[in-house]
Amino acid sequence: MDATPIQTMQREVPTPATTMPIKVTARDVNVFYGDKHALKEVTVDIPDRGVMAFIGPSGCGKSTFLRCINRMNDTIPSCRVTGDIRIDGQDIHDPRLDVVQLRARVGMVFQKPNPFPKSIYENVAYGPRIHGLARSKSDLDEIVMTSLQKAGLLKEVQDRLGDPGTGLSGGQQQRLCIARAIAVSPEVILMDEPCSALDPIATAKIEELIDELRENFCIIIVTHSMQQAARVSQRTAFFHLGLMVEEGETTQIFTNPRDNRTLQYITGRFG
Amino acid sequence: MRARYRSESRFRAYGLVALAITAAFLAVLIVDVLARGLPAFFQHSIVLDVPVAADLVEEKLRADVQAIRAADYYPTTKAAMEAVIPGIESRAAQKQLMRLLSSGAADGLRERLVADPSLIGKTVKAPLLLSDDADLYFKGEGTPIAARPARGTATPSGTSGEVTILSSANDFADELVAIKKALRERAADLGAQAERIERRSRTDGTARVKELREEAAALQVRVEQPKMGEDLDARMPSRLVAINGGLVKVTKLEDSKITGDVLLPLGSDAEAKPGSWQIVKFATAESDRKVTDQEVAFLERLREKGVVQNGFNWRFFTFGDSREPELAGILGALVGSALTLLVTLALCLPIGVMAAIYLEEFAPKNRLTDLIEVNINNLAAVPSIVFGLLGLAVFLNFFGLPRSAPLVGGLVLALLVLPTIIIAARAALKAVPPSIKEAALGVGASHQQAIFHHVLPLAMPGIMTGTIIGMAHALGETAPLLMIGMVAFIVDVPKGFADAATVLPVQIYLWSDLPEAAFQAKTAGAIIVLLLFLFGMNGTAIWLRKRFERRW
Repeated sequence: MDATPIQTMQREVPTPATTMPIKVTARDVNVFYGDKHALKEVTVDIPDRGVMAFIGPSGCGKSTFLRCINRMNDTIPSCRVTGDIRIDGQDIHDPRLDVVQLRARVGMVFQKPNPFPKSIYENVAYGPRIHGLARSKSDLDEIVMTSLQKAGLLKEVQDRLGDPGTGLSGGQQQRLCIARAIAVSPEVILMDEPCSALDPIATAKIEELIDELRENFCIIIVTHSMQQAARVSQRTAFFHLGLMVEEGETTQIFTNPRDNRTLQYITGRFG
Repeated sequence: MRARYRSESRFRAYGLVALAITAAFLAVLIVDVLARGLPAFFQHSIVLDVPVAADLVEEKLRADVQAIRAADYYPTTKAAMEAVIPGIESRAAQKQLMRLLSSGAADGLRERLVADPSLIGKTVKAPLLLSDDADLYFKGEGTPIAARPARGTATPSGTSGEVTILSSANDFADELVAIKKALRERAADLGAQAERIERRSRTDGTARVKELREEAAALQVRVEQPKMGEDLDARMPSRLVAINGGLVKVTKLEDSKITGDVLLPLGSDAEAKPGSWQIVKFATAESDRKVTDQEVAFLERLREKGVVQNGFNWRFFTFGDSREPELAGILGALVGSALTLLVTLALCLPIGVMAAIYLEEFAPKNRLTDLIEVNINNLAAVPSIVFGLLGLAVFLNFFGLPRSAPLVGGLVLALLVLPTIIIAARAALKAVPPSIKEAALGVGASHQQAIFHHVLPLAMPGIMTGTIIGMAHALGETAPLLMIGMVAFIVDVPKGFADAATVLPVQIYLWSDLPEAAFQAKTAGAIIVLLLFLFGMNGTAIWLRKRFERRW
């Protein structure tokens, strides 16, 4: 125990994977960018309700895998994905499945805050509007308010919903992006290094928010910061050179890794 | 290290010099165009009491607008002119008097009569448009006029026709000396010319040399007899005598006696006291100006009477082309340009933007799309006359569309501008940060929704700018339009896309070719209008950019 430099900071009692229903299953997932084999034979089960963290050095394929889950890699022309990914048992590569519906079920928050250059209200209302989630203006208002509330932004922006979203601070912008993602009531939220562009205080706020959101959503977060993974996640997967080296409970990964590469990484010997 | 600083400051100096030269050229160009073109925006006319005869239009026909329009207004304007300068008897002088008026002088009067036929039979105060030469005279293209009071008492022999005027003093001696001096210079000139010819060709041209020598000798003889009277010709500054309210043009001059033609009739042939009559000189020789002495006399008389009016040349903006400079307007070309550009815009913007979106966002990357890309880039560099030939072959000959029509012009210019717009639109689309598209896709927007809701609005300012640059390019284009017949002389303002029309740059080209001096100003005026049109378009572009620009 003492050999590991990082202490996990679990606030809640960790939920063992076995007791939770499985949300996302991946079997033998390979990703190629042209000739480059970027992700090799990844197999993992991701539980519903809770935070799963992907860690690993740069270029190890963790973001690539994350983008497979809502098929964002489809937008890259040279990218090819093989293998089987299921959400609630449904194959996401099923030709009958509408990728737009999939992305509504699997929301995404990006590395750099990227609010639309529109008002705060419009940023959140856009998703519900294109999916027809609101019957009336008041419905839409309510969705926007609850989403901002859940993202912990409502108090700060209540009286300036008409202001441009790009005028907010970096941390606020990222929370606005989270509000935008949860406005379409997704089941899974993918976060691709959501705090890498933020200062420590904004980071702390986002982490707090993730902690609250995991009650209702399945959250998958890619992070460079092992401390962050330790703080917010219940399960962690370590990626290295396109392989998923090890996956398990966060406490176990950080205190008692089974694989030597994991140990070397978390003790800071490479990466 | 010092060498590095030196080279930097040298480089800066080169840049500054280049900039200064550019600015100087631009300033010269603008000042020149403005100086030449601004007079075109003003036009002189004379406001006269025009006696509209009752028989101009028969009583029973007065309800008919066409009859009023078709009436002959020449006698009416002639009567008005004769009323303001009475006593002109010679037919030649009468003709010159009427030549001062434009052939469209009565246009304003005619429209007034059409609007109110009850004015027929009454005297109407109406402005009559001056001809181009008369207009230019008032704009300063005339002659400096000097007058000095005479010392002697003058006795004119009559009031009209050819008269002699005797002065009791040698009032004309100075003029005679000046004329002799001019003759001496002319003789010297001729001598030099003869020598030049002789030196260049020993054998040929001896006859011409002889002729010149003789002429020079004859002049010399006249110069050497200082007291002998002189005949004046059109190559010398004109001398005139203003006496008893009339004006006499000197044809023969002696120390104290002149013979001359009456340009403006004298009030009486009474003796004129010293100081009450004047010797007048038109410094520019008659052969060096557009207006004759007779016309100058008329125009000066009109000016004295205060009937000459300088007004803004509304006609320039409200009428089509004409062979008469004072009647020519730019509206036809302006409307032609607007219609043509409308067709171009209506075709280019949707097709160009859609093509750009498809190529940038949807097209698969393969040989075919690569080929298309290369071709679009090449098309942007094709000389414009080639598009004109294409338009001639395809639109006129194959599809049989009307010639000289803004529709065809617009189609041809659309071909010309399309590559520019596609390239600009693609660049604008590419400049939108991909994170915006990803964000839209991330909340479950379809590819198309992401593009039309987010990417396109952000690219819009860039697309607008590209489009306006393309349009400005199309506005200034002449060559392809020559090919499809938009270079014709078209008087009527086009009313539709299929009417014969011309455009601003072609109009400028046409006017610049015409011999009348007044068209120089019209050409420059049309250039000013074209530039203003262009500034207007660019201003709109900037305004649109500001309006739609969003930061991200």
